[in-house]
Amino acid sequence: MARMKFLCDAERCIECNGCVTACKNEHEVPWGVNRRRVVTLNDGIPGEKSISVACMHCSDAPCMAVCPVDCFYKTTEGVVLHDKDLCIGCGYCFYACPFGAPQFPQDGAFGLRGKMDKCTFCAGGPEPDFSAAEFKKYGRNRLAEGKLPACAEMCSTKALLGGDADVISEIYRNRVLKRGKGSEVWGWGTAYGKPEQKPGTPQPQPGATKS
Amino acid sequence: MRRLYFIAVCAACAWGVAGCGDKPPVTVYKQGQYQGKPDAQPWDNPQFKGDKVAWENAIRRRTDGQNEYTRATPTPQ
Repeated sequence: MARMKFLCDAERCIECNGCVTACKNEHEVPWGVNRRRVVTLNDGIPGEKSISVACMHCSDAPCMAVCPVDCFYKTTEGVVLHDKDLCIGCGYCFYACPFGAPQFPQDGAFGLRGKMDKCTFCAGGPEPDFSAAEFKKYGRNRLAEGKLPACAEMCSTKALLGGDADVISEIYRNRVLKRGKGSEVWGWGTAYGKPEQKPGTPQPQPGATKS
Repeated sequence: MRRLYFIAVCAACAWGVAGCGDKPPVTVYKQGQYQGKPDAQPWDNPQFKGDKVAWENAIRRRTDGQNEYTRATPTPQ
């Protein structure tokens, strides 16, 4: 098994936030923490593009490098995880992460930062698999159940792919080759991309010839 | 006029070598060592009983299931 990765197809993402909801529901993520978010560019303008973002489980993760207590580790499948027992909630990883993946729940009075929380690729954490402690700290361990992350499996348009990097990149490559171009085949171009008819413009009759 | 030319040449030379002292702005982070608890492999549990191949097959099946081109029109065997 190679590295586990996420891949989001911006041509297919319809900003339904199904992935966000699936993640929050699966792991019972506390209020104010979003392990996954949908980011939309040019929101409201025809041709807008959305992409689902969470921890990308970087091959050379900057969060791991900047952590002062070295609470991060990488599994054999390339999933970046951390030990919440060690985390001091300093927020360095948040500054280092280019995706804004690390989240900090409010803990106690005066908006005190709690321990960092982030996407685990549904792989739990350093607690016994399927234990109550693992679920409470890191959420459900779907990977140990032989399942993929809930967000990717829940995605209705299959815009968000998750799994072995080689396999999902092949799926994406195949998809791009088969669909021809981009939004003309699937997405905004199909739904709203047709040229507008101006009022009063005569409709061309089928079979009519030019005089 | 000559003095002005001399000053201009000196300024150009100084400007030209100014880049030599420039340090790369990229910070190179040093990888730390993990200090937390050890974690079990995803196949080391009662469900897969340490069978890595079975776990990999389960994950591969799920990953391939995301490709609706092959799911909708299965390739003829």
